[in-house]
Amino acid sequence: MTLSIRIIPCLDVTQGRVVKGVNFTNLVDAGDPVEMASLYDLEGADELTFLDISASSGNRETTLDVVRRTAEQVFIPLTVGGGIRSVEDVDRLLRAGADKVSINTAAIARPELIAEIADRFGSQVLVLSVDARRARTESGFEVTTHGGRQGTDLDALRWVEKACALGVGEILLNSMDADGTRAGYDIGMITAVRAISKVPLIASGGAGALEDFAHALDVGADALLAASVFHFGMHRISDVKRYLAGQGYSVRMSATK
Amino acid sequence: MIAILDYGSGNLRSAQRAFATASDEVFLTSDFDTAVKADGLVVPGVGAFAACMQGLNAIRGGEIIRKRLELERPTLGICIGMQILFSQGLEHAQSGAHQGVGIWQGEVSKIDAPILPHMGWNTVESAPDSTLFKGIENESFYFVHSYAVKDAPTPNATWTTYGEKFLSAIEDKYVSATQFHPEKSGRAGLALIKNWVKSL
Repeated sequence: MTLSIRIIPCLDVTQGRVVKGVNFTNLVDAGDPVEMASLYDLEGADELTFLDISASSGNRETTLDVVRRTAEQVFIPLTVGGGIRSVEDVDRLLRAGADKVSINTAAIARPELIAEIADRFGSQVLVLSVDARRARTESGFEVTTHGGRQGTDLDALRWVEKACALGVGEILLNSMDADGTRAGYDIGMITAVRAISKVPLIASGGAGALEDFAHALDVGADALLAASVFHFGMHRISDVKRYLAGQGYSVRMSATK
Repeated sequence: MIAILDYGSGNLRSAQRAFATASDEVFLTSDFDTAVKADGLVVPGVGAFAACMQGLNAIRGGEIIRKRLELERPTLGICIGMQILFSQGLEHAQSGAHQGVGIWQGEVSKIDAPILPHMGWNTVESAPDSTLFKGIENESFYFVHSYAVKDAPTPNATWTTYGEKFLSAIEDKYVSATQFHPEKSGRAGLALIKNWVKSL
């Protein structure tokens, strides 16, 4: 009896559609988010993440609608991120059917937002999304914004420590260097963040070969997020889980159909 | 007719939809009489123990649950909705424990584990006479919590281990509860919900 590792597909959503691309460019339509969510659920996804990548706030209502429709038919945890700036934004998403929200830029701009959300809804709803890259900061890892295009001079490890103290319940660590490369997760970065945090850690960015998933778990990731390898059909979620189970990791394999 | 008790906590929509897969009539309510009368009452809950109790007290939730017990009408607590059924909660307790509804004597205390919350899918050691876990004894369920009850107040108890052993479900005549979220536990969770609805 142990807690299973989690495999989490991430769906980038804009204007009610899932899009896919590399490093936020060359986006192509990948389908209906509700259909894709159902499909990933059937394939054994342990959670789902929607990232609202539409820049304008006019699309918020569309995103809420996608969340509502998904929550009607998919009964696994759903995290929604993108454009969340206030406690009210969180409230709307939770009411629409999201279980967790992930915040990024708004928390960098105003860290107290973390405490405000945690106080109102509990830490368990709050995922801190950290887009980090290797740079010459104190720890060698820097927080970026705008999909890795903009540096902040904020040291990634100091930021994680601060956010944990303010009350985040989970960390989603995205390597902007590895994102979209399929060359493997940034093992050094995962190791460094694991060493200083006591909340669950989701590794993201760089998943390619099946071994990559195992390497991230070996250095302490609790969950693995991937997008392109699943969207482009390189691996099915069930293949990844079977591989990891074969390697001795605790994986949820439901017998109930 | 299944009522989901609406006392201002979180994602009730998922709970409503999940229970609607097992029953034709599922609705949210914060009305005293409606909640007492329903064939089955679901007490969800997210957030902290004290905040949940505050919300519950505002709609006389404790009284609703006790009244139902007296009338032998089933109630199901989920996550914090399970925890508040116990007598005491230690979450954010500065001086003395927070008072719960007290259907069972027991204390809700922090789990001893290096990484918290306990978040994700875990298995259960289900009670031998369990109704809830019938046919799904070997499945995993979705947990999100940092606090739990470590002593069983009644024999029909189901256990899970994360850092230490804690109570993951309890079935006591007219009041049952799960520490995990059946409404978020995929097909296994829906099967558990069906088992409960069938028992009403």
